[in-house]
Parts: sequence; structure tokens; C-alpha cells
Amino acid sequence: MEIVHVDTKLRREFGPPALFSDRIEELLLDLHPDPSLAAQFIQKTHRDQAVQACRQMSEHQINTERFQSNSCGLNHVEGGWPKDINPNEMEQTIRFRKKVEKDDGYINSILQLGSVMEHRIKQNNSIDIYQQYFDEEEEVEEIQEPPSAKTINVFRDPNELKRTITGLSWHPDGGRKLAAAYSCLEFQKTSRNTSLDSYIWDIENPNHPEVTLKPASLLVCLDYNPKDSHTLVGGCYNGQIAYWDTRKGSQPVEYSSMEHSHRDPVYKIIWLQSKTGTDAFSASTDGQILWWDVRKLSEPTERLVLDPSREGNLDRALGAISLEFEATMPTKFMVGTEQGLVVSCNRKAKTPAEKIVCTYDGHHGPIYALQRNPFFPKNFLTVGDWTARIWSEDIKESSIMWSKYQMSYLMDACWSPVRPSIFFTVKMDGMLDIWDILFKQSDPTLSLKVCDKPLYSLRVQDNGRLVACGSQSGEATLLEICSGLSTLQKNEKSLVAAMFERETKREKILEARQREIRLKERSRSEQSKDDETGREDDEEDSEQLIAKVESDFYSLVEAEFRRRQRREETPQEHNKEVKNGVETDETEDETGETRK
Amino acid sequence: MAEVEETLKRIQSQKGVQGIIVVNSEGIPIKTTLDNSSTVQYAGLIHQLVLKARSTIRDIDPQNDLLFLRVRSKKNEIMIAPDKDYFLIVIQNPSA
Repeated sequence: MEIVHVDTKLRREFGPPALFSDRIEELLLDLHPDPSLAAQFIQKTHRDQAVQACRQMSEHQINTERFQSNSCGLNHVEGGWPKDINPNEMEQTIRFRKKVEKDDGYINSILQLGSVMEHRIKQNNSIDIYQQYFDEEEEVEEIQEPPSAKTINVFRDPNELKRTITGLSWHPDGGRKLAAAYSCLEFQKTSRNTSLDSYIWDIENPNHPEVTLKPASLLVCLDYNPKDSHTLVGGCYNGQIAYWDTRKGSQPVEYSSMEHSHRDPVYKIIWLQSKTGTDAFSASTDGQILWWDVRKLSEPTERLVLDPSREGNLDRALGAISLEFEATMPTKFMVGTEQGLVVSCNRKAKTPAEKIVCTYDGHHGPIYALQRNPFFPKNFLTVGDWTARIWSEDIKESSIMWSKYQMSYLMDACWSPVRPSIFFTVKMDGMLDIWDILFKQSDPTLSLKVCDKPLYSLRVQDNGRLVACGSQSGEATLLEICSGLSTLQKNEKSLVAAMFERETKREKILEARQREIRLKERSRSEQSKDDETGREDDEEDSEQLIAKVESDFYSLVEAEFRRRQRREETPQEHNKEVKNGVETDETEDETGETRK
Repeated sequence: MAEVEETLKRIQSQKGVQGIIVVNSEGIPIKTTLDNSSTVQYAGLIHQLVLKARSTIRDIDPQNDLLFLRVRSKKNEIMIAPDKDYFLIVIQNPSA
């Protein structure tokens, strides 16, 4: 469509037509420059000045919309036939093919490719190049790294006066919490200011204990209930048993009554397997083992006096220091005593006399730790004096395996719950030893110095990787063991079983031999009295020897005493002889005592 | 011409060989011992595979080139010998 603009004007408004004519020019104005005006101006120096005469622009950035591209393949069903050939027509395709076949390039290619291909085909036919070799050894053995353990956390006693950690217990579900019992076991070392609290620590938070337990007297030991992770039972220094429920606060829910409790500190308390899940038993150096039902702590449900003569005589009872209970054998338990005996007891015996089944004598000092191997319950570990010993239940005369005498006292030990050949011990010099009996029996596989103070207690968490140890200064150190020591190796169980069997057999043979020798001697003595007296002489000789040594000792002491008296009376002679004195004195002395 | 036939016959007579296909660079099957539908299927699919393989090798190192391609499957093995203009495809069952 054309756009048209129309202007209209009346003819009479136009006016007359314009008539143009020439005219002579006239000068209207002629203005000349006035030089005097220049005096009012100063000539300026030349200066360069840039001038830009262009359009002003501003800078902008823009992002174009992303171009979405998708890669996909095209499937030619019928490959790219040239345009003129219709793929459906047989004749055309055949003709095309024939043409290609005549091509030189084609011939050469095929000949060359053919030879290559033949080679490969023959290769395939001769051997199976895809055969799986080394099928069985598919698992690559990890590089055996040296065993190690590293400290993860240290939980310190928040009180001023540090107390020893004498008992540790891991939380039963997953072990995220550690309960530690703090007490002072040294006789009369507790001052009035010593705090009585014991703590439950969350292992992630070493700064502040999660729960504080406030007993009436220092807690020597405590144990989490494996069935109910909120309840704990603890044994106090004054012999009472206290029962806590962490949901109910820091104060114990119940205490056992004073009259029926132990007379000595309760050294160990363990929960039992029962239908109600409320049974525990405790041991103390007063010679009693008491069974409790935590719902009614006023009186123990059962009592056992550790009298080796089986008479229940409290005076002759052995003081118990450690207890052992394995959930898989609920009627049997073992007690480690101060005198170095391990007493194996049967709870279900009809008469109290039969409760004590047998004793194992092996240590020279109190047995501080006693635990059955979680994989081989017939073998148990004891720790006392300066050695750790492994026993078999069948052999009562001696332990089947033992470590050599260590440099310091061993205070606690436990088996690793995941590996039957590993156990841990702690010593008075602050060292934690990890023993692997399959690897080395004479020395610990790994020795770590945890702290400078003696370590009193040790507990391994159920996963076998975390170990907590408590020291005299109230520090609980949490260590993580390297995976090599906490994962079950192949054949380990069978190897350990074989080792225990071997050692047990050895002991049995030795025992049998001993019995034989004794029988022979006895039969020989029956034949002739001389032999008998000879045997007695031998025995007496040992007594005589002791008497002789004693008298020798006393005579030497008296001789020395007399000599000293003489010297005091004649100091001058002594001074003259001082120079020669040393030599002569040495020659005089039989025992080689050096004079100061 | 005759040599070509001879070569192909020799290959065909090897143990376990199930079929041979000669494909040109555009994917057209020139010579085959299998039936038409299988040939067409093989030619189309393998052609793309070879092109992809070749371009992969050359992308990684432009001086390099694809020499031979073996595709081993549970039932058989497909061997492809590529050339500038043609490929030779052989399907073999080695255990047979």
C-alpha cells in the first residue's frame, strides 16, 4: 500500500509569482584587523593537545545462549551407496560390487589384509590368548607394613589430684563411649581432697567427660551391662557395689548394704549372662566372691569363699584380684588370686565344696589379669609377676606358654577380640606391648611407650582396632592399631589351634615324664631303705643348706661389726695403715665387701 | 582377481571361521560369505566401530594408526583388519 501525503492550500493565499532580477553589489561593512588589540594578548607556547572526535562507546559483555549439541551416531542400515545406485535393486548393487572387485586398489588391499588376518586366525587357533592365568591368586596381598599403632586421643582426669585409672569398660553398642573407674590403690594415699568421681568419656570429645558418676567411695572397677547399655555396675574401694543408670543421673541408683558387701576393695565386677540380665558377680581380696542381683543390692544372692581346702574358712581364703567369665560357658568362671593361683570354679555345683573345681599355680605374685581366648575358650591368659602366661584348662601343673621375665611388672592384659593370636599387655614402665604368638613368642611384636607413668588398666574394643589404657596419673589413652594387627589372617585360627595343641601336648608329655620319674623313685625307695634316707638326705640337705647360709651370713655380719669396733678403738693405727689399708682390708674381707 | 579369491578361500577354510565380509570405506559390503541381512548388520555396525576406534587412536597420537581390532565375545571373536579404503572382517569361533 502506498502512503500518500497530501497538502492543500487555496490559490489566493499563494501570493504573486516571484520575479527575480539582477542588482549591482553594494559594500555593506568593511572591518579591518586592529594590530593594537594584539598587545592585549600573550602568545602562548605551542602545546600538543589530543582531541578525539569520535562517538562515545561503552563496553558490554554478553553471553550467547549455549548451543546444545548432542553427539549421536547414525546407523546406516544399508551403507552409503552412491547416489545413482538404488540399494534395493539387486542388479545395480551386483554391478557395483563387480566393479569394485576389479579395482586394483581393492586387490592389493585384500591380499595384504588377508595375510594379516590369516596370521591372527592361526594365532587364535593355536592358543587361547584370552585365557585367564593366575585365577586363584586374584587377591593381591597387601604389602606387609610393619605393625604400628597410633594414639588418637588422651582423656585426662579433670581433677587437680590425679587418681589412677584402675578399671575401664567399653560401651557395648559400637564402643563409642568409654567408662573409666578412678581410684587410688596405694595404701592411705587418698587425701581428703581427692575427688570421688569416675567418668564416662565419649571418645570423640577428650575435653570434657560425657557423664560423671558420683559414688560414695572411690570406684575400683566398673562394667557396662552388655545387654543394656545404659546400666553400669561398679565396685568401690570400701567394698560396696553400686549400680548406675546413666539415664537417671550421676548418683548411683542403688548401693549394696555395708554389712553384706566385701570387706576389702572390690577388685573386679562382671555382669553375668542371665535371663533377667541383672546378675553380676564381684571379687575382692577378702576372699569372697559374691553374686548380686542389681534389682536388690541389699544382699548378695550367693556367696563363695575362696578357700583352697574347700571348707569355706574365711581366714584361710585367698584374696581374689581378677575374675573371668565367658558368656559361652555360663556355669564356669575363674578367679585370679593374690597368691598367684588361678581357681577354676563351677557355679552350678551342688555343695560349696565342689564349687572349686581345680587350681592352677603359676605366678609368684598376684594375678592381675585373667582372660580366656575368645576363639579358644580352653586356653586362657594370665598376667602376674613379670610374665604373661597362657594356660590350657587340661594342664594343671604349669602354663603351656609363657613370656620371659619382663623388665617391669605387668599390670593388665587382654586378648584381641578379632585375632586369636594377638594379646595386649601393659606394664609399670608405661609400655603397651602387643604380642602375636604366631609371629614371635619370645618378644612382643610391637612395644609402644604410651606414657611415663605406670599403666594400670587396658581394654580392647570389640572391633579389635581401638585400645584404651589407663595410667597412674589418670590419663586414658586411646590408640588405634594398624589393620595388619586387627584383621583376621588366613589360616590363623587353625595355626593358633595347632600351636596350642602342640604346647598342650608338650606339657602333657613332660607331666607324664615327671610322674614316671616320681614313680620310679618311689619304687626304688621301697626296695631299699638307704635310697629312702638318701632321698630324705637330699631333702634335708636343702634345709641344711639354708641353715648353713644363714649362719654364714650372720657370722660375717658379726665379724664386720667387730672389725668396726676395733677400728674405732685404735684410730691411730688405722690412720697409719690407711694407705696400705685398702689393700689389706680387701685381702681380709672374704666376701669382697668394699669399704667406704 | 584370482589371488583375491584364493586368499579369501584360504581364510574361510581355517578352523573355526564362521564368516568373512569385505567392507569398503563407506560401509558397503563388497564380498561376503554370510547371508544378506547379517552382512548388512555387521557391515553397518562394525564400520562405525572401526571409524571410532581409528579416530580414538589418532586423537591420542596423530602419528599412530589402528592396525588391527579384535572384539572377543562369549560366543565368538570378530577380527577386523582395517585398511585405507576397505576392511576385512572375519568372525571366528576359536574353541570350535
